[in-house]
Amino acid sequence: MITYSYIYVLIGLLFLVFAWLSSRDEANPRRFTTALFWLLFAMSFLAGDWLGDLGNGVLVLCMALVAGLGGLGTGKVASTSTEERRASSLKWGGQLFAVALIIPVVTLAGTFLLPTIHIGDVPLAEAKKATLISLAVGAVIAAAVAVFLLKQPVSSPFQEGRRLVDAIGWAALLPQMLASLGAVFALAGVGKVVGDLAAQYVPSDNLFLAVTVYCFGMALFTTVMGNAFAAFPVLTAGVGFPFLMQHFGGEPAAVAALGMLAGFCGTLVTPLAANFNIVPAALLELRDRNLVIRMQIPTAIILLLVNTVLMYTLAFD
Amino acid sequence: MLTLLGVAVVIVGFALRLNALLVVVTAAVVTGLCAGLSLVEVLSAFGKAFNENRFVSAAWLVLPAIGVLERAGLQERARHLIGQLRVLTTGRLLVIYMLFRQLTAATGLVSIAGHAQTIKPLIAPMAEAAAEREHPGLPDDDRERIKAMAAATDNIALFFGEDVFLAIGSILLMVGTLHSNGIEVAPFDLSLWAIPTAIAAFVVHGGRLVLFDRSLGHKADEAEDRS
Repeated sequence: MITYSYIYVLIGLLFLVFAWLSSRDEANPRRFTTALFWLLFAMSFLAGDWLGDLGNGVLVLCMALVAGLGGLGTGKVASTSTEERRASSLKWGGQLFAVALIIPVVTLAGTFLLPTIHIGDVPLAEAKKATLISLAVGAVIAAAVAVFLLKQPVSSPFQEGRRLVDAIGWAALLPQMLASLGAVFALAGVGKVVGDLAAQYVPSDNLFLAVTVYCFGMALFTTVMGNAFAAFPVLTAGVGFPFLMQHFGGEPAAVAALGMLAGFCGTLVTPLAANFNIVPAALLELRDRNLVIRMQIPTAIILLLVNTVLMYTLAFD
Repeated sequence: MLTLLGVAVVIVGFALRLNALLVVVTAAVVTGLCAGLSLVEVLSAFGKAFNENRFVSAAWLVLPAIGVLERAGLQERARHLIGQLRVLTTGRLLVIYMLFRQLTAATGLVSIAGHAQTIKPLIAPMAEAAAEREHPGLPDDDRERIKAMAAATDNIALFFGEDVFLAIGSILLMVGTLHSNGIEVAPFDLSLWAIPTAIAAFVVHGGRLVLFDRSLGHKADEAEDRS
């Protein structure tokens, strides 16, 4: 059975190559600390299961220190010039799109096929994990096809990959870091404190205000935690269930679904939801890393109001 | 209440734009210490979660393929294509993409598109090129806003599309949370209740995208008028 551990080896090896290439790039003023950062990241993927909890914690701390003290520099990759790219795009034409579509097509096909293919009694991949595994397979196939079909240098996936990961920099680590922070918050019971706090401010005589506390609370708590999944159980146990569902008799499915969607409005405005808001800004090489959030704020505010009104009008008889 | 000190560290740290990795580590340590854990316990908990969440970073595997394609001129090709489709303005292109992304996410096809898979190599360059065609000499500020809007459109379409699908993580979390409060709901009911907001998201953000076209190229057009 294919599990995530295969994927982790693949990622680990890729970042090992990034580290090696970075260490040799004399155009990068901080090439050795940059290489150290990617080396540590590679270690996490290759050896994370053997390092133990404390070992992994120390590894993360080292990475945060290297990045936090300005250890990451940007290297120089001998890529093609704009003129060369224009000529190349005319030469290969539609084939460029065909190769780009390999990733989504393989992901789609693998998501459905992998769980159905059995070797003996064991499926090739668990249904839950098939998507990510297929994405990884698609990415490798697309890189290989691009090299051979479009006659690119064999080193180019690694060099060009390094160009992109240098542009992303420490933000590449942020989604995983924030997921870990969420775990520490959960351990310390941050959610319960917030839930109890919110429950104190729910008016039990005014339905509209109670709905507003729940919806805005979901959005606000999600903004602070960076994840609606962390906010939902807490606020539903503290406000949604006792007040909206039991006291006011709201339809549970409607309260829950619209409450979660109110939380998503919070996800749109927080830098803590790094993989949605900060990583794309880095990937697109935006000067202002908060610009994606700024573009989302008007939509988020309007949809939060819409959700609140929808819950008030639809979830209660 | 002391437990919330870590949350405050996050808010202040991000507001002051300190390095996010250091802010996160500090917040974890503060939260843990306030909750009575030792430093070793906090580091262990953080390390354990970090190791368990490695799958979050699996998306970086697409970087080599995207990089090679860019090297071979994928973005230029996307620009060329949009140059021929004159009816597609930046806003209209993004509205169509939004509809595609919402509909595919609603049928569970969440990973076939995304910032690395579609926005960076295809949609952002096409959206930029469409604006460039309308406004030659498009200012850099507008280019940045267009790229950011492309990424924003992907997020909004995904968030308010995926909940219509039965087997998505958030639906399962809702079923589980309600179950632990003694209420049984079917995933189907939850996904049904996601539809009104999905439609509202398309109307609201789609409307903004149509208006977005009008906000582009003002400086460029002025410069052209003078010359």
